[in-house]
Amino acid sequence: MRTLAFADRNSKEILRDVLNLAFGLGFPVVLLLLLTAIQANVPVDLFRLDQLTPGMAMFGLSFISLFSGTLIAKDRSSSLMMRLFTSPMKARDFILGYTLPLLPMAIAQVGVCFGVACLLGLTPSWSILTTLLVLIPAALLFIAIGLLCGTIFNDKQVGSICGALLTNLSAWLSGTWFDLNLVGDTFKKVANLLPFSHAVNAGRAALAGNLPAAYPELVWVSAYAIALLAIAILVFTHKMDSDRV
Amino acid sequence: MNTIQTIQLSKRYGQKLALDNLNLEIAKGELFGLLGVNGAGKSTAIKILSCVSRPSQGDARVLGYSVTLQPFEVKRRINISPQETAIAPNLSVRENLEFIARIYGCGRQTAHDKTDTVLASSGLEAIEYEKARVLSGGWQRRLSIAMALISDPQVLFLDEPTLGLDVLARRELWMLIQKLKGEVTMILTTHYLEEAEALSDRIGILANGKLKAIGTVAEIKQRTHSPNLEEAFISLAGEREGQA
Repeated sequence: MRTLAFADRNSKEILRDVLNLAFGLGFPVVLLLLLTAIQANVPVDLFRLDQLTPGMAMFGLSFISLFSGTLIAKDRSSSLMMRLFTSPMKARDFILGYTLPLLPMAIAQVGVCFGVACLLGLTPSWSILTTLLVLIPAALLFIAIGLLCGTIFNDKQVGSICGALLTNLSAWLSGTWFDLNLVGDTFKKVANLLPFSHAVNAGRAALAGNLPAAYPELVWVSAYAIALLAIAILVFTHKMDSDRV
Repeated sequence: MNTIQTIQLSKRYGQKLALDNLNLEIAKGELFGLLGVNGAGKSTAIKILSCVSRPSQGDARVLGYSVTLQPFEVKRRINISPQETAIAPNLSVRENLEFIARIYGCGRQTAHDKTDTVLASSGLEAIEYEKARVLSGGWQRRLSIAMALISDPQVLFLDEPTLGLDVLARRELWMLIQKLKGEVTMILTTHYLEEAEALSDRIGILANGKLKAIGTVAEIKQRTHSPNLEEAFISLAGEREGQA
């Protein structure tokens, strides 16, 4: 009951912020349109819809970190958190309440991305639904990053870290904008150590109907998601128990 | 039985002793005014009593439950109106109230019904569908206090509830608080001494974390040989740290 009430409140706070919708939905869709237009004039394999859309969907998910991180950081800096900490809510109510509403939002965001891609010429298929499922660990990863950043930083810092740094890093190191082989060994090694390119590769494999190729990539993404979620829960619980509200 | 009892309650932040051996007993339905200059330990005491902060030493019992050992039992029975307005900005007035009712365990229908009652008693009916962020400071403060009342708390902490309100809004809030006296045990912190005098059954004056005096306004004035509460307060709380 408490978890659902808190999740309901968090959904409303996020969805009623026009900037969230503009960035979370608008930005990836605009980029999809732009890069598809480039592809139409100067054909590049990387910008084919079957290659581009999973990457753009993953890029869109990075804004989920910004949404959740900003909301948590704003709550922490306001007296609302003091009110909530004096209520009978427990740590699990807070963590689930911040996490649960973001998952359907992330799925909807990926859905919109693929919907637009279909309008632009991507062939509708069951593989799109599989891709959507395959991107859920990536969604959890970005939710965990948001939870962690919102717990540690203030809302301005979250804006810089999740809004600028994370979105750019996750885009550059994902192989969405350019082929990682073109940049060189070190860059590629770093990219391969991080989960972003693995999330995109998993999405591309799933969209191509090649699920076995997606599984090893999903292991990377899921491991990062589980580890970051665990760290975020530990840090949030520690903060809740400490004197610094 | 006392509703609130603190037993040698102390809180240390590093080298600073924010609360020093506080022993306090507050009866059921009493409105207790906790006064002191900034940094005297008022907010620290409220944070401990509302289970947001843990004491470094000692304990407190609220409605018979220990704040250190049974915080969940305490939290179910108390509510707070924090120093700054504590509202969810993108939720409407009604949604804010229903949200708080639900996190205190009410089902949707009960939360809805309770909200109807609180909206009427707090004069918020006309703006129930307005988003909280667009309300004036006075209305936001009123909503914040209504959110503290919707859970029917047995103990209510009012941390500077009228800060920033105009005279009319303040008087309306006083009336609301006076209506609760006798039923709800309240701890009020305020910098407005006339407010403390008008509302409190008893007053405690904190300075440098220590309880300097406790009693009715008349008792405190008599003890300090002061013509009014302000003079009594200055004589008790005026000693700054290092001057004591």
